[in-house]
Amino acid sequence: MNAPASRSRFREAEKRRDSDHVSFLRHKGFRWLWIALLLSGASALGYALIDQQPRPNGGTWYGYTLGTIGLGLILWLTMLGVRKRRINPGAWSLKAWTSAHVYLGLSLVVVGTLHTGFQIGWNVHTLAYVLMLLVIATGIYGVVVYAVLPARMSDNRREMTRAQMLDALTALDRQLESAAQPLARDEADLVLAALKQSPFAGGLLARLTGRYPGCATARARKGMAGDSEAEQRVRALLEKRLAQLGQLREALRIRAALEVWLFLHVPLTMALIAALTAHVISVFYYW
Amino acid sequence: MSHVLIEKTDHLSDTIFKYQKGKHVMATPSNLVLRSDIDFEAGKRETILGRWDEQIAGHKVNVKLNAEVVKVEGAKGAFRIHLRGGEVVEAANIVLAIGTQGNPNRLRCPGADSPLIQYQLDDPGEYFDEHITVIGSGDAGIENALGLAADPAQRNVVTILNRSADFARAKAANVALLEEAEREGRVIVRRETEPAEVRDGELLLNTRDGQEAIRCDRIIARTGSQPPRGFVEAMGIEFSSPEPGSFPKLSPEFETTTPGIHVIGALAGYPLIKHCMNQGYDVIEFLAGNRDLKPADEPLLAAKFAALPGKRSVEEWLAVFGGNVGVLADLSVLQLRELMLDSTCHAYEPGQVIFRRNDPGSSMFAIAEGSVAVEVNPADPSITVGIEQGSIFGEVGLISGRRRGATIRAAEPVVALELPRMAALKLLATSPGAARAVNAIAIERQLLQMFGPGITKSDVAPLVASAELVQARAGQVIVTEGAEDKDVYIVRSGSMIVEKQIGERPVFLSYLPAGSYFGEMAVIDGSQRVATVKAAIKSEVIRLPGEAFLAFLAANPVLRDKALSEMTARRATNAFIEGQKGSFSGVVDMYSQTAQFLVDNGIGEATDVLLIDEKLCIGCDNCEKACADSHDGLSRLDREAGRTYAHLHVPTSCRHCEHPHCMADCPPNAIKRGPDGEVFIDETCIGCGNCQRNCPYGVIRMDAKPPKKPSLLQWMLFGKGPGPGEAPYGWRKSEAKKQALPEAKLAVKCDMCARIDGGPACVRACPTGAAIRVSPEKFLTYTKLAEDAE
Ligand SMILES: Cc1cc2nc3c(=O)[nH]c(=O)nc-3n(C[C@H](O)[C@H](O)[C@H](O)COP(=O)(O)OP(=O)(O)OC[C@H]3O[C@@H](n4cnc5c(N)ncnc54)[C@H](O)[C@@H]3O)c2cc1C
Ligand code: HEM
Ligand code: SF4
Ligand code: SF4
Repeated sequence: MNAPASRSRFREAEKRRDSDHVSFLRHKGFRWLWIALLLSGASALGYALIDQQPRPNGGTWYGYTLGTIGLGLILWLTMLGVRKRRINPGAWSLKAWTSAHVYLGLSLVVVGTLHTGFQIGWNVHTLAYVLMLLVIATGIYGVVVYAVLPARMSDNRREMTRAQMLDALTALDRQLESAAQPLARDEADLVLAALKQSPFAGGLLARLTGRYPGCATARARKGMAGDSEAEQRVRALLEKRLAQLGQLREALRIRAALEVWLFLHVPLTMALIAALTAHVISVFYYW
Repeated sequence: MSHVLIEKTDHLSDTIFKYQKGKHVMATPSNLVLRSDIDFEAGKRETILGRWDEQIAGHKVNVKLNAEVVKVEGAKGAFRIHLRGGEVVEAANIVLAIGTQGNPNRLRCPGADSPLIQYQLDDPGEYFDEHITVIGSGDAGIENALGLAADPAQRNVVTILNRSADFARAKAANVALLEEAEREGRVIVRRETEPAEVRDGELLLNTRDGQEAIRCDRIIARTGSQPPRGFVEAMGIEFSSPEPGSFPKLSPEFETTTPGIHVIGALAGYPLIKHCMNQGYDVIEFLAGNRDLKPADEPLLAAKFAALPGKRSVEEWLAVFGGNVGVLADLSVLQLRELMLDSTCHAYEPGQVIFRRNDPGSSMFAIAEGSVAVEVNPADPSITVGIEQGSIFGEVGLISGRRRGATIRAAEPVVALELPRMAALKLLATSPGAARAVNAIAIERQLLQMFGPGITKSDVAPLVASAELVQARAGQVIVTEGAEDKDVYIVRSGSMIVEKQIGERPVFLSYLPAGSYFGEMAVIDGSQRVATVKAAIKSEVIRLPGEAFLAFLAANPVLRDKALSEMTARRATNAFIEGQKGSFSGVVDMYSQTAQFLVDNGIGEATDVLLIDEKLCIGCDNCEKACADSHDGLSRLDREAGRTYAHLHVPTSCRHCEHPHCMADCPPNAIKRGPDGEVFIDETCIGCGNCQRNCPYGVIRMDAKPPKKPSLLQWMLFGKGPGPGEAPYGWRKSEAKKQALPEAKLAVKCDMCARIDGGPACVRACPTGAAIRVSPEKFLTYTKLAEDAE
């Protein structure tokens, strides 16, 4: 056995076993926040002190420097998409990457803006700049939902997995099916419609807002007015079904909110890279 | 040879017959040659059973099916074997190969012989329009009842009887399904009801409100089974110890203490099929007069001893080990051979390191020749204490499942035997003498290690003499707050929680893992107990009488000072938490309840456990995906499942228990503890599923190794393959078929990413820092539990 190596791993493992639960934002005492602030501060200081001729813009040597840093950063930030799906080989930590991603991504606001030298126009250069700001804006939204929603998702879950929520629904449905047997035709149809409707029906909007105006269970519940024993029983079951649907839909809503922004963040990143390519080629072409 | 093969069922090899359909049967150990005239190689259950039936017929074996042996009388040369139904078979010798399945418990009421009763249900789909009663409230009974009621088209009326009011012995998930079926009227559940008499087409019940008869066409009795031990002992055969895990005492020819009766196979303690077959061959050869046959394991032992110096024969080496090592003294030759096969022999040069302090270690060493030196002071390797020939070392790591306490070197040329944990535990279970010896040594060494350098065997001798080993159930109180008793305790295995009554509620103070001691405060300053200490899980503590402990401290002033300073630290913690109580009572309550929640969820026996802070978890399941991608494409954790308290979630993932339950009953001993403390399953797994059933946390799954996926790049650019994470079942199945991969389902579980750079992938792949893997003694502290994550 390779004893020394195994002992060093032991020390490493012991450190891990002693770890706190610190979020990506606070990772290592805000290490990447400080680095990002340093980068932004240095860029701003350089911008203020260095005499760029004829005027500050992307074409001066300082402008090129900022542009190169910005481009490098953007390409590296994009690599998060790969790192997230490929954690081996190498002792990577995605938390550290996310932490660096967020703070360095934010520092692009400073670096990128200074790179433009505040020259804005209707051209591919400004397009790239605006796309970058949009990516950053969606990213900020992402961080906000990451901070706010997980606790709510946990509270809503009440230790149930989504599969269990669906199972609970199926169990209720079986009970409803037999309870609805004695009902009159029109009431039975209401129940059947509720059972037939997929709990996911309603589309993206419904999923994001958690509002399902076409919910057949709600309709059936409203239509179940009578006072016979069967009707009372079905009503109680429909109430339960509504509550169960509510929990499932809330889970889906929060998950959607946690993910939907990535469907802007990532395509915008792709567009940004395309625009950047055009931007870089045109700059060199006209050089 | 005149013979008869008696079999209780209508087929041979019932255990294998009962495997699930299509199970891939393994032929381990692969280095052992098969002697039997009947072929056996790895393959599908059906193929193997079919070939055996053919060859049994081909060899003209005289088989008597449907003949259950109920009693054996007589002695060697003239046994009378009584079969159920009254028939008697006479025999000169008997080979018992009845396995360990035992007999299902029979109903104990009039009519128990009725043909309506069956003890197994093979296919619930084959019964229609019947009134069926299932008796038994365990998982088997519930699963049978649900199976029979699953398809309404069969129109069965299914009733299940439960002697008590709740289903305490069954899995929660099964109970929930049963209750649901009851609500929907698919199954009739009768609680506090027992069968009173089985009649023709009718079952009489004893209920809480008196007797009642119900219609009944079929009874499925699932009330557990009796191990065959009683049946075997009734023949006069002695077992090696009263422990439930022990086996019959056997001679090298597998003869029991009743001359003329031989025991082989699972019943003899050899659960692997190849062993079973070889032993049958050997015993029959012996009975046929072939006395020179060497056991089948002879070449394996020879290979084991080949590395040792001195070119001695297998016989000679066995004599050296058996004769020199104290704890092996009671073993029979057969047991010794087997122990040798399970263990490793080492030869060390003088000065050579055998193991180092803090190395992982779950094995015990025994010195057959030479002696070793223990470096008792980590700061100064020159200070050593010797351990002599014939003694053992390394047993602390074995007993508490933790790290080596000291570095040990060979003092002279040493020949030593390394017993892996399972082999050592088996030794302790079969040999009471070995158990006593190891216990005494373990207590002594634990004391020496605890009190550190400078303390010698003779210093602790009076303590060892007065020490007493105490078993504690989970939750059992060892020390009660406010009491006047004055003993000191050492946690030998398991763990303790310390609580203090503050106001009207108990508040969690701290967690004591194996190796810690408690109770010294009251002894040293004569005060009342300041806190309650109770076992978090089933534990073992060493009790040292207070006076002996005081005398020991008086003789060793340095230790006294150390103990006093530790006491001050404990006092400070207590005072701190008590102080917090006034100002932030909510925080203290939360801390206390969170700690209790974690202990309730198995953290007390964990060494490394995955926790998820649900204030941070975004539910991306990247942890599961990374797990699958780091391990052959199967995830070993279920993030969503599991309990949650105050946003702290304990997912379904291995806790790397101090004493892993999964290891208990693994036929090829494929479950081991690795160098980083991880509990892992190696490639010798035969897929029997025992570990899956034995793990109380449900973290082991049985699955076939999935086919390789197209690379990440191919997926990102061209959408090829199922992408990162565990591929869906359908894809794995169809792709495996296409590539003609073997589909043997093997056990898979977390290995703590032991061979992966950077450690656990689940933790590293969590983008927000929600997932952490921690050890309980480091995590169950006020600062960690009360800290508020962002
Ligand atoms: C799910 C599972 C998977 C396994 N997979 C493997 C594997 O892949 N490879 C491997 O090597 N091992 C495997 N094992 C272990 C192995 O199957 C058994 O240890 C082995 O079959 C034991 O053989 P045996 O002859 O000692 O006993 P058994 O196979 O149990 O045979 C005993 C026979 O005696 C009969 N009998 C019992 N009592 C009486 C009586 N009173 N009168 C008359 N007849 C009686 C029984 O009906 C039975 O047919 C597995 C075990 C299990 C449970
Ligand atoms: C130009 C700058 C940026 C680029 C090019 C960029 C690009 C990306 C990419 C490619 C991903 C991977 C998404 C996936 O594969 O699922 C990602 C994820 C993410 N980005 Fe950005 N990003 C930028 C700026 C930012 C900023 C400024 C923030 C926050 C303030 C941010 C926050 C995030 C977060 C939180 C994630 C998700 C991490 C995860 O869940 O794994 N990004 N980004
Ligand atoms: S598999 Fe189960 S029993 Fe085995 S170590 Fe892990 S949690 Fe413990
Ligand atoms: S990787 Fe982290 S955030 Fe994602 S599901 Fe797992 S624990 Fe939650």
